[in-house]
Amino acid sequence: MVNKESEPIFWTLFSAGGVVAALFLPVQLFIFGIAIPLGWMHAPQYIAMRELLHSPITRLYLFVLCSLPLFHFAHRFRYTLYDGLQIKHLNEVVFACCYGIAIVGTLTAGYLLLTL
Amino acid sequence: MSAGQSSAPTLRSGTDQSHAQTPIYTEFHPRWYRPQISTYWWLGKWAYVKFILRELTSVAVAWTVALLLLQILEVSRGGEHYARFENLMSSPWMIVLNIVAFAFLLMHSITWFNLAPKAMAVRVRGKRVPALMISGPQYVAWIVVSAIVFIIIASRV
Repeated sequence: MVNKESEPIFWTLFSAGGVVAALFLPVQLFIFGIAIPLGWMHAPQYIAMRELLHSPITRLYLFVLCSLPLFHFAHRFRYTLYDGLQIKHLNEVVFACCYGIAIVGTLTAGYLLLTL
Repeated sequence: MSAGQSSAPTLRSGTDQSHAQTPIYTEFHPRWYRPQISTYWWLGKWAYVKFILRELTSVAVAWTVALLLLQILEVSRGGEHYARFENLMSSPWMIVLNIVAFAFLLMHSITWFNLAPKAMAVRVRGKRVPALMISGPQYVAWIVVSAIVFIIIASRV
């Protein structure tokens, strides 16, 4: 699965996802997970959210925001399990689970954003 | 020298006796010495704990994406569904969980921006560009991007 040829691809996805996650995810979670639930910010009306979501730019943005950070997660979490738990015999299972999550998440995002 | 030679016959007679017995053969190649490292090796030092915490920020990244996917799904399903999503986000355990996840996301951003100058050794006219010149613009971009997203959402009342 992972060899000398394919490793740079996984690393590039990890790196690109890391940049996207670092720049765009904190504000996302802060607004919808903390500021609005605690009443620091007015919640947008449903109609406004729907309208925003239907714009092609938003859809493209959200697709990138879902997909690349999941590949970042897959690579980093895989190595956390390798180093932290030392479960060398489960390396292939860990690999399949981590990248499985990333691929399923990406496909789900693509499907949801295309069929709004 | 002479003392060693005098003791040799007694030694030889001793080894001869042991060779008479059947030697023990091991079926497999003996394992190299590998000390067993505990699963909790990283708890010993603060630097190691920090390393593991930094690596675990990826869980907060996946969590945030999962919430985002749920939010997209609920918006696409209709107003009642979206109201249910908002209720879920307002439950106390969810707020606590999201505050913890947010702290990890901040840790990811800060460690990521600070890592860039170490990963890229940019040289201009033979001199290494200072770390602040590489990580600085990323912090500026972070603030600008966050402000833009904030304004877009806040203007949609």
